[in-house]
Amino acid sequence: MTEVLRVDEPGLFTTIQDLGRPHAISSGVPPGGAMDRFAHSAANLLLGNDRGAAALECTLVGPHLVAERPCTVAITGADLDPRVNGAQAPMWGAISLRAGDEVTLGPRRGGARAYLAVAGGVVGDRWLGSMSTNVMAARGGMHGRPLTRGDLISAGEPVAPPVARDGFTPDALPRYADHTLRVIAGPHERHLSPGSREALFKSAFTLSPNSNRMGYRLEGPRLEVSGEEVLSFGLVAGALQVPAGGMPILLMADHQTAGGYPVVATVASAWMPVAAQLAPGDEVRFAETSIEAALEMRAAQRDALESLTS
Amino acid sequence: MPPQRSTVRVRIHPLGDTALLAELGTRLDTAINTRAIALAGALKKRRDVRQAVVGAASVTVRFDPEQITHDALAAAIRRLATKRPPVEEPGRLHRIPVVYDGPDLDAVASRLGLTRQEIVELHARPIYRVFLVGFVPGWAYLGPLPDELGLPRRPVPRTHVPAGSVAIAGQQTGIYPLDTPGGWHLIGRTSVRLFLPDSDPPSLFRAGDRVKFFATHE
Repeated sequence: MTEVLRVDEPGLFTTIQDLGRPHAISSGVPPGGAMDRFAHSAANLLLGNDRGAAALECTLVGPHLVAERPCTVAITGADLDPRVNGAQAPMWGAISLRAGDEVTLGPRRGGARAYLAVAGGVVGDRWLGSMSTNVMAARGGMHGRPLTRGDLISAGEPVAPPVARDGFTPDALPRYADHTLRVIAGPHERHLSPGSREALFKSAFTLSPNSNRMGYRLEGPRLEVSGEEVLSFGLVAGALQVPAGGMPILLMADHQTAGGYPVVATVASAWMPVAAQLAPGDEVRFAETSIEAALEMRAAQRDALESLTS
Repeated sequence: MPPQRSTVRVRIHPLGDTALLAELGTRLDTAINTRAIALAGALKKRRDVRQAVVGAASVTVRFDPEQITHDALAAAIRRLATKRPPVEEPGRLHRIPVVYDGPDLDAVASRLGLTRQEIVELHARPIYRVFLVGFVPGWAYLGPLPDELGLPRRPVPRTHVPAGSVAIAGQQTGIYPLDTPGGWHLIGRTSVRLFLPDSDPPSLFRAGDRVKFFATHE
């Protein structure tokens, strides 16, 4: 393990994330992990890392980093105008850095979360089997907190050479520009009034400023749900929860693990990367799909990622 | 004795394309919760199941869609749920000291037409069951609460409830493990820590455990 990058500017909210700690859900601990699993995995695979290695998740405004020694990085996900020593840097490919090179990510030009992986994998504190940062518990990643100026980021030994840059076809990416999230209706769809069911699928919603890794609060038509009690049950990322006030909440990676509000629909797994790239103020819509269609899209994304390793 | 067949009707709903919700009932009921814990235990042994999380009367199952379809897993769950659950080992018993001086104690007493002392006696009398652990780290839904203490949640949740607050709402009681917002009625506090970040598992309580409160002074 060696220190490879120094943090000059931390960005708005930059955390170390891997694929989370799903087994801790039974203790009420959010699963956590990268919001956009596709971009996170791609960044790692492009460098020959295990797809579940830890990487930096950079939110809305990215960090400024300085290479402490020669290393290889890859940047994927949101376009935060990545540059190396001031010159535009390629995304979705390996970038070799010499000691002293400056990698800067700026304000977003598209998307919300960029991933910066380092060959060998970022190394952070491990908590309950994962290096993902959990800010509420102040555990994991960089001591359970977002990066700050002066932090040193460590990486493991690279295990495989980086993948050739042309190994990735952009049309294999999730449909980031299409902000109509495909959902599977239910489990508590029947709690919606008929008018609200129509409103859910015909209206645009806006991510409120109060949207984060736990969930997105969606402003739009109020959805009426019947007062019928739902006993508390285990939740998943992607669940669209409707509290009594009628303002839906889309649960994301650091979601509460259980709740008693009706979940009227759940975003298909292949559309969660798209959801992860939404920022406060963005519009989002929902469209129903079938489990079969959702799994086809999921398989296409898996194939795209696997093409990076072959 | 022939194996007892269950009359439990399982309702299975998709929760996206990689999870499902298996509802075993719609009431807060110890027998149903016992079945949910047994079902989750059986499901966790399957290679095509990633997690099985116990709800009050349900199990949320995350599965690997490359290994099994929603429909095939739903059928397997229906078969598992009709089996008689194994005789339940009594869950671990936790004795929790409570100082009954919560900010809502007087309001709760007046709404229920009881004295403060009666609230304390009613709340500390049962051995509660941990129906599920979740919501925030270490939180456990405990119940059933004596009917005399039933009250809906506060109409406007507090933005800040201190860790250790002992609270009631509906048929349930619980202890806030962290400083969080919360809509339950605060009747007391305890110094027992429920979220143990440096232990694995990090929660003091597990689904199926038993909890007895007793009144103490500081």
